[in-house]
Amino acid sequence: MTLFDLSLQELHSQFRSKELSVTDVVGEAFTKIQERDERVGAYLTLNEEEARAHAARLDDKLVTGESLGLLFGLPVGIKDNMVTEGLLTTCASQFLSNYNPIYDATVVSKLKLAEAVTLGKLNMDEFAMGGSNENSSFHPVRNPWDLSRVPGGSSGGSAAAVAAGEAYFTLGSDTGGSIRQPASYCGVVGLKPTYGLVSRYGLVAFASSLDQIGPITKNVEDSAYVLQAIAGFDPKDSTSANVEIPNYVSALTGDIKGLRIAVPKEYLNGIDPQVKAAVLESLRVLESLGAVWEEVSLPHTEYAVAAYYLLASSEASSNLSRFDGVRYGVRVDNGGNLLDLYHESRSQGFGPEVKRRIMLGTYALSSGYYDAYYLKAQKVRTLIKQDFDQTFQKYDVIIGPTAPTTAFPLGSQVDDPLTMYLNDILTIPVSLAGVPALSVPCGFADGLPVGLQIIGKAFDESTVLRVAHAFEAHTDHHKQRPSL
Amino acid sequence: MSIQSKDVEYVAKLARLNLTDQEREKFTEQLNAILQYAEKLNELDTDGVEPTTHVLRLSNVMREDVVQESLSKEKVFRNAPEEEDGQFKVPAVLE
Amino acid sequence: MSTSKYETVIGLEVHVELHTKSKIFCSCSTEFGAPPNSHTCPVCLGHPGVLPVLNAQAVDYAMKASMALNCEIGDVSKFDRKNYFYPDSPKAYQISQFDQPIGLNGYIDIEVDGKTKRIGITRLHLEEDAGKLTHIDGGYASLVDFNRVGTPLVEIVSEPDISSPEEAKAYLEKLRAIMQYCDVSDVKMEEGSMRCDANVSLRPHGQKELGTRAELKNMNSFRGVLRGLEYEQLRQAEILDEGGIVVQETRRWDESQGKTFSMRSKEEAHDYRYFPDPDLVTLHIDQEWKNRIKASIPELPDARKARYTTQFGLPSYDAEVITSSKQLADLFENSLQYTTDAKSVSNWIMGDLLGYLNSTGQELSEVKLTGQGLGEMIGLIEKGTISSKIAKTVFKEMLTSGKLPSQVVEEQGLVQISDEGAILAIVNEVIADNPASVEDYKAGKDKAIGFLVGQVMKRSKGKANPGLANKLLIEVLKG
Repeated sequence: MTLFDLSLQELHSQFRSKELSVTDVVGEAFTKIQERDERVGAYLTLNEEEARAHAARLDDKLVTGESLGLLFGLPVGIKDNMVTEGLLTTCASQFLSNYNPIYDATVVSKLKLAEAVTLGKLNMDEFAMGGSNENSSFHPVRNPWDLSRVPGGSSGGSAAAVAAGEAYFTLGSDTGGSIRQPASYCGVVGLKPTYGLVSRYGLVAFASSLDQIGPITKNVEDSAYVLQAIAGFDPKDSTSANVEIPNYVSALTGDIKGLRIAVPKEYLNGIDPQVKAAVLESLRVLESLGAVWEEVSLPHTEYAVAAYYLLASSEASSNLSRFDGVRYGVRVDNGGNLLDLYHESRSQGFGPEVKRRIMLGTYALSSGYYDAYYLKAQKVRTLIKQDFDQTFQKYDVIIGPTAPTTAFPLGSQVDDPLTMYLNDILTIPVSLAGVPALSVPCGFADGLPVGLQIIGKAFDESTVLRVAHAFEAHTDHHKQRPSL
Repeated sequence: MSIQSKDVEYVAKLARLNLTDQEREKFTEQLNAILQYAEKLNELDTDGVEPTTHVLRLSNVMREDVVQESLSKEKVFRNAPEEEDGQFKVPAVLE
Repeated sequence: MSTSKYETVIGLEVHVELHTKSKIFCSCSTEFGAPPNSHTCPVCLGHPGVLPVLNAQAVDYAMKASMALNCEIGDVSKFDRKNYFYPDSPKAYQISQFDQPIGLNGYIDIEVDGKTKRIGITRLHLEEDAGKLTHIDGGYASLVDFNRVGTPLVEIVSEPDISSPEEAKAYLEKLRAIMQYCDVSDVKMEEGSMRCDANVSLRPHGQKELGTRAELKNMNSFRGVLRGLEYEQLRQAEILDEGGIVVQETRRWDESQGKTFSMRSKEEAHDYRYFPDPDLVTLHIDQEWKNRIKASIPELPDARKARYTTQFGLPSYDAEVITSSKQLADLFENSLQYTTDAKSVSNWIMGDLLGYLNSTGQELSEVKLTGQGLGEMIGLIEKGTISSKIAKTVFKEMLTSGKLPSQVVEEQGLVQISDEGAILAIVNEVIADNPASVEDYKAGKDKAIGFLVGQVMKRSKGKANPGLANKLLIEVLKG
């Protein structure tokens, strides 16, 4: 039992009763980072001095008895694609290895407002492109459950840090599964909110129509608290939804009697038998709590990966054009003209996966191919979204595995991008539909965590959290900790 | 549709990337595999299907025409690789 | 001239900066002339993670301009990314509009050599401006100022309906006038708030298909457009005369050399990879919104011109000239609050005012003349307080000082002498001093009276009422 096993409520009550200080909790985080991160590799940049100073300021505040922010004193790690003013933000890319942001992302401002303490910036696949965290330009992240395996990606550092006790909670970003899949591989809870619920302002864009920030936590209750703190309309993000934000914590009633669950047959085909068994066992748990489930079909599932890679890469090819070495980033100037500077800076600044996706996206948008690739993919996206819309007319949630397998060994898929892309087959359709989904630990296969994906209607995070919370209350998987 | 080495070269130029011969070969092969996989989409009849750019049906999101303060010079140039006379310096566009 | 064998076909792409207070996608000021990069923020500098938010005023202005150019406004409009690398473009894409612009299928009427011609407008779309590059170190380096990045622009694309450089100039002048009337832009070519590119081609008379075109850039004044097009017309005619082939290319007008030059570029052909900007949402423009903008459009140049000819009886030419500038037309109408003699106001504007501006090279905004001043001055002439001759002095004073005519007259003692006694005294002096002319008159040389009146005027320093002087002279001489 560590300090981080205390619930948010318990921590806050011990802060108030002076049994614990924020300095203790932040100190605990840095102790764990010190002990473990050399092996795990979750962090890229530490904010230790400022974090300890912030902790001291918060402890001073405890003396005055003022009301506490929602995430008061909680040590948080932030994925390195969310800009933090004055704190290096690299997107795990050589190109941005010296980038010192001039503003805070909206989520970062919201964390500050909620009085969380920023520990540092977390490793990831470069520009969030990848599913194994092996595409970090600096060093890979290792899975705390088995250091020879990947933590998943692209928010691999975010998931591994929570699993390893190196942060109370973290923020990740999800474009095609980048929160849920690493959460599944690392045995933690990862929530991708509805597109538009959390501001993207200050999230370095990978695929603008898909990117969404969400919490990675040890349990569902924490997830609800963090979502509460970061959700909401932002006038700086035109794609941010102007919707009423419910009280997510009060939605955690434990009651799921009569809940109608759809289980897509496509999500159970061709997946690892142990993963399938864990999912079916989880459905039995939910049934025992009064839910009913039926097998359904989401017929366009098999087209999602192809549509996704065309759309996401196209948007990325344009989003990453700003990295030209004129205003920021690592400029490579060999004394040639501007064209040479562009080519050199970008070629040396980007890793192979980023280049591959820029190439794919540039090709898909180039003259003569737009209709065949980009437009076609947008139309297929409509069909995929319709699958979800239709299913949600009859069901409250859709449930399946988060990933077809458990964490795979480092290096096993590096040279086979297509196979790597297919790992995301169960998370990508959800991203294309823009609906919320959460991965919660639902078992182990050969000692490696398995994640259950609970998918909800747009802006119905409350139901997703309620189901996950009820499930968690009747299982022990989320309480397991890796031995590091 | 299959992508040739010269297409890869053209796309690399558009994207301002230099490719080594080895990279070009590898990308040609990998992009072909991905595009071949994408051919799958043609199994679907999408005539009359509206494309989705946004899942949310948002429209007319605008701000009022109000001026707010700009950045300090320190912030503007904090990350500038080269600055001269309050401007960003770059080599000539063409030689 | 060899050009007579060919028909010239010109299409113009005109960029007009909208004079919103803040930029199109961020809240930085659009003020002109600020220190470099002082009007920038993470958004317009294209920092990682930033997002655009559309300025509502820019959309209103673009709709207003579209309607004034007789365009249809679509019910749905959206923004697209135009991808290209250039150091003045921070995101390496420009947010523009590809297939759903604000305005479509408009037209304006121009007048050249007394004939009215309708020029089609293909489209008007909204986009963001780029930054400014200054070349230094002998051309080996450039400095980038991002203040202008994100200034809202409308690009107005004409049909290839323009057949001569003169028509092109007339089209631009009409476009400028309409934008001025709508009050959406400063439309100053010299400051770059109005910019023009041209597509020019020639074809033998009677040929249906268009010839190969050259795209002309960098014509920074109305005169530059005229001269650039004239040069290009001649250049292409010479190539065709010699049996050559016009190359499709972009050419740069060099004002000082009076020539166009090929902008040979090492770059590959443009492939802008337009796609809908996922950071911005669709515009749905309903009837209510359209009505609101429609109601804000003032009377436009053509309508004013028609009114000036019917209501005030101005010649068509005068009405055309006066309405070609909103400021001029406003001056005209303001003057008419102080006098009813519209023709006289028009004459002063067409003659003395435009003559003055022409000779000094000044803009109307630089002179201080007011409508009240001009109107009241005409009233003083009508009342006989000042002569037309003195009025010219008063007018010049009003141009530079902005004073009212009564004040000028008083300060400089310019009131006309209409007192018979005072003039008679001068008449007598003149008769006494000019016996030869008096003899001439008496001998029947009526012309001599003109000389004598002139002498009276001279002695009175121009202030004597010339009619009265004439009458008194005759009375005295006839005894």
